[in-house]
Amino acid sequence: MFASIGRYVNYLFSEVGGAAEMIRSCVFWLTRSRFEWGQAVEQSVTIGVDSFGVTALTSLFTGMVLALQAGNTIGNIFGDPIFVGTIVTFSLIRELGPVLTSVVVSGRAGAAVTAQIGTMAVTEQIDALYTLGTNPIRYLVLPRMTGFIFTLPILTLFSNLFGILGGYLVAVYALGVPGEVYLTDITSYMGVRDFMHGFIKTFAFAFMIGTVCCYKGISTRGGAEGVGKSTTGAVVTTIVLILVLDYFLTAILTAFGI
Amino acid sequence: MIEIRHLKKSFGDKHVLKDVSLTFPKGKTTCILGGSGSGKSTLIKCLIGLLDATAGQILVDGHDITKITSEMKLAAVRRRFGYLFQEGALFDSMTVGENVTFGLKYLTDVPEANYPKVIKEKLALVGLREDVARLNPSELSGGMKKRVSLARVLAVEPEVILYDEPTTGLDPIMSDIISDLIIDLKAKLGVTSIVITHDMHSAFKIADYIAFLYEGNILLRGTPEEFRKTDNPYVKQFVTGSSKGPIQMKLRAE
Repeated sequence: MFASIGRYVNYLFSEVGGAAEMIRSCVFWLTRSRFEWGQAVEQSVTIGVDSFGVTALTSLFTGMVLALQAGNTIGNIFGDPIFVGTIVTFSLIRELGPVLTSVVVSGRAGAAVTAQIGTMAVTEQIDALYTLGTNPIRYLVLPRMTGFIFTLPILTLFSNLFGILGGYLVAVYALGVPGEVYLTDITSYMGVRDFMHGFIKTFAFAFMIGTVCCYKGISTRGGAEGVGKSTTGAVVTTIVLILVLDYFLTAILTAFGI
Repeated sequence: MIEIRHLKKSFGDKHVLKDVSLTFPKGKTTCILGGSGSGKSTLIKCLIGLLDATAGQILVDGHDITKITSEMKLAAVRRRFGYLFQEGALFDSMTVGENVTFGLKYLTDVPEANYPKVIKEKLALVGLREDVARLNPSELSGGMKKRVSLARVLAVEPEVILYDEPTTGLDPIMSDIISDLIIDLKAKLGVTSIVITHDMHSAFKIADYIAFLYEGNILLRGTPEEFRKTDNPYVKQFVTGSSKGPIQMKLRAE
């Protein structure tokens, strides 16, 4: 049993070490060579387009269910569904918006990135890049990392808007809250600070998703089965890390008054 | 000239290359023979720096490339080598034409306006028509993939070409076409070729020198004629493709 724990710890350290080495290489190439702008824009668009529909749908229904639960619970206690807009928006922009969008992006675009780079690794295309004078970290990883870091915050903004819209629809048409009240509840009790709290988190999530998904892809071995394992591993790792990271980020940002 | 001195490569406690010393004369074709898992691919991946050697030296024109730690300097050495991968390793997100010109952007000063000319020229060198350039790699047969991959190697005009089992998985006629291509390229371009293979017919046809790799050591290096006449039982068994001999006995003992 100790042997298997030892092996797992060893594996964990080698994975973290490998990912850290990849980030070091990213920084090296970012400062030493021409940045692949074309690739970065292409990746940002792909990640954005891939994930937009699912993100919008997820957020819309999250906003709707939040409004329904909040409205019913508060209605039962106070007689009227008050502060629905505040509760929906507060939950969305500080927590659910960034977290759910990151989970969706990891499952949709992150998995695609791992599968694509992983397939390239097992079919020797990564080695071919080296032999053709192209460092794969610079050519494949950097543009994808940039793509995640650029796209995730934008997707989160849209996700928040769709969630607020979902909440509005339920509050106004199912709970009978006047639309103006719903909106005033948002603007009166929420500030830029709340928005920044969620927005800052998305950059950390994006960096983590990019790192894990690219590293899992580039370290893929063992044919089609290996690609499957890497892809599943990447998605599971990122989802767990999003939730873990979310707690610590919340604690740190709150400590700094954000 | 390329020279390998006492090269060792291990993966954990698995010693793939135990003590390999070889020379590859300029402008000549050297075939490295060996069974599956004998370390042939590992050897040429060490040569081009895709794998780090555990010990030993790889001298390219007298400079030991195993001592290079800078990514930039290693890239400069790699520029002199071309590598034909076993399955072609064509980039499947690009067309044949984009594959052929991929290396030009990073390895040469060829202006982009000349790319169509390069595509036409290099595809012709490997016996393919220009209109293949529009196709995707998934639309090509195994033999065509290898030829496109070779055109991609040739586009950057390397001094040394490493061939990783160039005839594996091809029918006998296509294998012979690829062998002819290797001979042609040596004659036309004067490149140094290092070919790893277990295809005896192809090896005897294309090689100026042959080396036999067995269990991480070179058992014999010589001309094709010397290989035909050798008394070494391991080499003899491999050359004749017999199931009876020391190699099989070793397998049984395991």
